[in-house]
Amino acid sequence: MTDMSLAFVQGDPHHLRGGRPHEGPAPKRIVTAYGFWIFLLSDIVMFSCFFAAYAVLLGRTAGGPSGAQLFDLRSVAAETAFLLLSSFTCGLAMIAADMRNARWFQWGMAVTCLFGLGFLALEAREFADLVGRGAGPTRSAFLSAFFTLVGCHGAHVSAGTLWLLTMMAQVYAKGFRADIMRRLVCFALFWHALDIIWVAIFSVVYLIGSAV
Amino acid sequence: MFGKLSWQVIPFDQPIPLVAGAVVLVVILAVLAWIVIAGHLPYLWNEWITSVDHKRIGVMYTLLALVMLLRGGSDAIMMRAQQAVAYHSDGFLPPEHFNQIFSAHGTIMIFFVGMPFVIGLMNLVVPLQLGIRDVAFPTLNSVGFWLTATGALLVNISLVIGEFARTGWLPYPPLSELRYSPGVGVDYYLWSLLISGAGTLVAGINLVTTVLKLRTKGMTYLRMPMFCWTTLASNLLIIAAFPILTATLTMLMLDRYFGFHFFTNEAGGNMMMFMNLIWAWGHPEVYILVLPAFGIFSEVVATFSGKPLFGYRSMVLATMAICVISFMVWLHHFFTMGAGPNVNAIFGIASMIIAVPTGVKIYNWLFTMYGGRVRFTTPMMWSIGFMVTFIVGGLTGVLLAVPPADFLLHNSLFLVAHFHNVIIGAVLFGAFAGYTYWFPKAFGFRLHEGLGKVAFWFTFAGFWVTFIPLYAAGIEGMTRRMQHYDVAAWRPWMIAAGVGTILLTIGILVQVLQLVVSIRQREQLRDRTGDPWDGRSLEWATSSPPPAFNFAVMPDVTGEDAYWAIKEHAKEKGLEPSGPDYTDIEMPRNSPTGFVCAFFATVMGFALIWHIWWMVAFGGVGALATFVAFAWRDHDEYVIPAAEVGRIDRANREERRAALGLAEVAS
Repeated sequence: MTDMSLAFVQGDPHHLRGGRPHEGPAPKRIVTAYGFWIFLLSDIVMFSCFFAAYAVLLGRTAGGPSGAQLFDLRSVAAETAFLLLSSFTCGLAMIAADMRNARWFQWGMAVTCLFGLGFLALEAREFADLVGRGAGPTRSAFLSAFFTLVGCHGAHVSAGTLWLLTMMAQVYAKGFRADIMRRLVCFALFWHALDIIWVAIFSVVYLIGSAV
Repeated sequence: MFGKLSWQVIPFDQPIPLVAGAVVLVVILAVLAWIVIAGHLPYLWNEWITSVDHKRIGVMYTLLALVMLLRGGSDAIMMRAQQAVAYHSDGFLPPEHFNQIFSAHGTIMIFFVGMPFVIGLMNLVVPLQLGIRDVAFPTLNSVGFWLTATGALLVNISLVIGEFARTGWLPYPPLSELRYSPGVGVDYYLWSLLISGAGTLVAGINLVTTVLKLRTKGMTYLRMPMFCWTTLASNLLIIAAFPILTATLTMLMLDRYFGFHFFTNEAGGNMMMFMNLIWAWGHPEVYILVLPAFGIFSEVVATFSGKPLFGYRSMVLATMAICVISFMVWLHHFFTMGAGPNVNAIFGIASMIIAVPTGVKIYNWLFTMYGGRVRFTTPMMWSIGFMVTFIVGGLTGVLLAVPPADFLLHNSLFLVAHFHNVIIGAVLFGAFAGYTYWFPKAFGFRLHEGLGKVAFWFTFAGFWVTFIPLYAAGIEGMTRRMQHYDVAAWRPWMIAAGVGTILLTIGILVQVLQLVVSIRQREQLRDRTGDPWDGRSLEWATSSPPPAFNFAVMPDVTGEDAYWAIKEHAKEKGLEPSGPDYTDIEMPRNSPTGFVCAFFATVMGFALIWHIWWMVAFGGVGALATFVAFAWRDHDEYVIPAAEVGRIDRANREERRAALGLAEVAS
């Protein structure tokens, strides 16, 4: 039977169903990373709500300080540098993992962790400073939205740091097993996604926010 | 030490919740005692609680939904009874209790009946229909179920410890803010939904990945059964919408716990933002519930009409269109809140547009039946009952989508009648159709047919007798959520609705009876072929109940209605192919992660509600430790040897052949 007549028998004369047959379930590595991508998308949807809240409440300072009076862009620039560099070293660690080089992997992850902690320290200093100046989250709706959005990202970085340390311990204890490699892919995706969200926070919260 | 918790929070002065709670407690203790004394505990632990088998998890989800349906239904009975007697009188429910009841009724029916029912059926059926052995993330699947159970448990704890929200099923601020709701009711609501929402998100990610990445060989997208398509659409909506719910409830929680000002009256808060955010989740949620039901009707109608689904591709298109448009209609939930005529017009038109793909579906089901040899089984009765009911509900919905009409009918009993018309008519009827249709697949015997029909007719009649009067009372101006009233014209409608509720209650009780009778008569109702309904999709190609690995050999699909094609081929030849070459099968190992994690989540949720901070830390650290311990295990799969697979499969084939009278040939 020719291909064309087969298509007629199957009720598909125009080959609408596509030429390439479906090969069956994808391998585990693909499935895990795919599922994690979807989780990241849902996480970004959650962040988008906090972004929307920030946009709505930006001018609602209730007589309190506005972004232009509060934000210290030099500190924010340092935070940005820390986070972007941590993404770079995270990438290096993943290359080391692909090469199955445990020493360079551990170094890469350790440096990533330090950059992450540096970022968190700067953020904590900024928050403490604001609260000390009477500009805490309860001062106005604007500040509620600011602390929630930036704090939610900070909470993600903190969770990511805990995850990072767990992965270092796992690789140390068990080596580059297949399931651990799958987790490393997910961790790297997570860490880079935090960068993307930070870029949005930098632009929307700090740059636009300090212009208002 | 114990935060806000003290003996005063138990409502000793209110007999109804206390007696109800005591009865539930006695029942639970009795069941637990029976399990322990009869020695079923190891079985329960090994085969169910720690199971990561999608079929078992699906059954547990459905069981949770059925139990919570009884709780939510009891609330409904009390509300209708109250309104039937509360003319010029206070009735038997004090206002603060009545308010908790309608809030709990809505919350429970949406989050702990509708959601677990459809997620349970999707979990049970979709991997079987796709011809695969498990879902993408089996252990996470278990975590998702147990977190949902945590949410349900917290809502029910509020019955006797403290109180539940009095704000309605969506806690609109500023009423839900600390100043106007100082009790723990809203906190129960927030934490039970934040925890179960995480579970729902996990289920959504799992099912989307399963459908998109794990179909069997040859199962292209346009060969998937309709239920798989609606599952995909519904779970895509979960992924896109549930994070909005989480974010919104988190903002309200921050307002209440830490004095933030997202939705408060003072300091620049904006409560309209809550309405927009909650309905940006809330409207897709409607379709999250109803799309799987549409999928169930598609399977049922095609099977019992003996025809392929009419307009399969238009059905796929309609499903995906609904998936997208469902995000563009949220504002019709608050036309009256001052968005202005232009905005209202746009959302009114969008709301009418979304009725178009839904109409396409109705016609497709009708044309599937047209010219078919229709068998009026119980699932088919639910499906036809759905079509009649849902058309009326849809039409009143289009009516409400006209902003000027909505200004008159907003927040009236007309609205209440409308959304019960679509939710009972579509989601509940669909869930019952799916429950009856797939019950033999899950347990190996059918449900009693005669009692199923009796249940259908009582439910169907009860529905109309209850809700037509509510439409009428709504048009006459009766608003929703009234604890008492003094308009004489409304009274007959309320009494009629009360009578309808009695019929609905009988319908539910008959279904309970049906389950009991079917279990007692299971030998007569046994399904030996694995295909009791002459089905069309792959779940009927394996035995009932399926073995742990579902399919001894992964099916190779060559067209739509995969199992129908296999059967046609066998009938033509008068034979069934002989046993193939079996290979070892790797299956995921059971894990208590989900149960243990949910235990800590329950502790943490309860502690957060009552401000017991040391206990919060305990729960949080426990949940984290559970995950790390899970990550540390070395063996996450076990192997079923080929010989064992062959033994199970040959026995199943033998039984089916004996039942069908087919001969075997070497293929």
